[in-house]
Amino acid sequence: MTSLIELDGISHSYGGPTVLEHVHLTIDEGSFLGVIGPSGSGKTTLLRLVLGNLRPTEGVVRRRDNLRIAYVPQVETVNWNFPITVSEVVLMAAAAKWYRPRATESERKRVAELLEQLGLGGFEHRHIRELSGGQQQRVFLARALHRDPELLVLDEPTSGVDVRTRHEVVHLLTDLHRNGTSVVLSTHDINGLAAHLPMIACVNRELIAVGTPAEVLTSSVLERTYGAPMEVLEHGGMLLVTDSPMGIE
Amino acid sequence: MTLFEPFQFEFFRNGFMVATLAGAICGLVGVYVVLRSMSYIGHGLSHSIFGGAAASAVLGVNFYLGAGMWGLLSALMIGRVARRGKIGADAAIGVITTASFALGLALSNVFGQAKRSIEAVLFGSILGVTTLEVIAVACVGVLAIVIISAFYRKLLFATFDPEVADVTGVNVGRMEALLMLMLAVTILFTMKIVGVLLISALLVTPAVIARMVTNSFARMLVIAPLVGAACGAVGMVISYHADISSGASIILLAAFVFIVVYTVTGARGRGNAGGMIH
Repeated sequence: MTSLIELDGISHSYGGPTVLEHVHLTIDEGSFLGVIGPSGSGKTTLLRLVLGNLRPTEGVVRRRDNLRIAYVPQVETVNWNFPITVSEVVLMAAAAKWYRPRATESERKRVAELLEQLGLGGFEHRHIRELSGGQQQRVFLARALHRDPELLVLDEPTSGVDVRTRHEVVHLLTDLHRNGTSVVLSTHDINGLAAHLPMIACVNRELIAVGTPAEVLTSSVLERTYGAPMEVLEHGGMLLVTDSPMGIE
Repeated sequence: MTLFEPFQFEFFRNGFMVATLAGAICGLVGVYVVLRSMSYIGHGLSHSIFGGAAASAVLGVNFYLGAGMWGLLSALMIGRVARRGKIGADAAIGVITTASFALGLALSNVFGQAKRSIEAVLFGSILGVTTLEVIAVACVGVLAIVIISAFYRKLLFATFDPEVADVTGVNVGRMEALLMLMLAVTILFTMKIVGVLLISALLVTPAVIARMVTNSFARMLVIAPLVGAACGAVGMVISYHADISSGASIILLAAFVFIVVYTVTGARGRGNAGGMIH
């Protein structure tokens, strides 16, 4: 299996305490990896190192040559008051290549096809604020897919969305993975998202464990990751993680 | 006295053309300034350029060269300090530009002979606007249009979502430097009419008015310069007839238009402008 990205002993700090320490992680072609950990554990920093937005203060990040990466940020970080339509957001994906201010006919066609594929046909001229949470998430996914990425990186793709939207996002990502796109995402949602992925990485300032849900979703690993006791139950062949607050009967 | 009486004077015709062009250019560049929530930078940069203007006057260096280099350097320093993330952009602007303004004041106190030109820089003046300066401002306008057209998508992406733009291959640092350059040059060549103390209002107000009436970025880039140009042109005529300074007249007119649009567009306009007005 070809390795797309290799993090070799990387550490990072933003000038203060170290946010990530001595992380070794390989993202292979065909990966579908979920990164879990508590708030402030370094999940987003890890994604930014994978993307190349940040340089590690220690260690090396190796990327396969000419690797096409696309990134879907947390929708909560988007400025929804920005005067921009759905098609303008998707067209941004071609910004690095084009100097032409107006989109060509073939570019418009490509955007329409992508939006149609993601169930957003006819929404081209809508302002992004006028869409539902699930539709907004799909617009940013469409922008990422416009690059035809080999590796798709998503930061908290199901954060702040309802159950139906979460299901839509999980199905979409599963389909993309099935069609050959490697996927790395961070999430707080262990039961709704991470437990359904083939591989999980647990992070809390260091890489605590990497493996299949059965290997990683254990009480001891989760307690080390979250610093609190957690129980893992099995229900209908699925693992369910519950927290078990001490002192509460 | 007729409405068109002042047009018989060359100084007024030159001032009128510069004010109209200045309004249009500030409106155009201001779209990026307000959408990046950097309204304060126009204010700060103009103050910084004041320091450069004072130093140029004292040293006998050409105003545009001295103040321009000073302003550009300040803009790049602000961008660099803010990008490092240790202190926010607003704090960087506060420290760098006020220090420059203070230097300008100190120089004007020590070298009294520069006082007159410094006052003109502070409050704006239509007297002594030469045909060459009209041509220079027109060139700045053409430059701004060429840069915005050539880098339209990159500037839009870097303004809307710099982190993803960076991953997608847009050189965000270069786009920011380009915006800062455009901003510094715009302030430098237009502040003679509006004045250091009021130029930021001409950068911000037309763009906010445009945002209140449209949800489209492309239309904002058309409406804001039109509003700015109209305020510049009409403001100049009012300035002559009411015998008030050109900067004050232009900005008061822009503020009046803002109040009218704010009232007429109601909740929809205020919703569009979102985080820009509260």
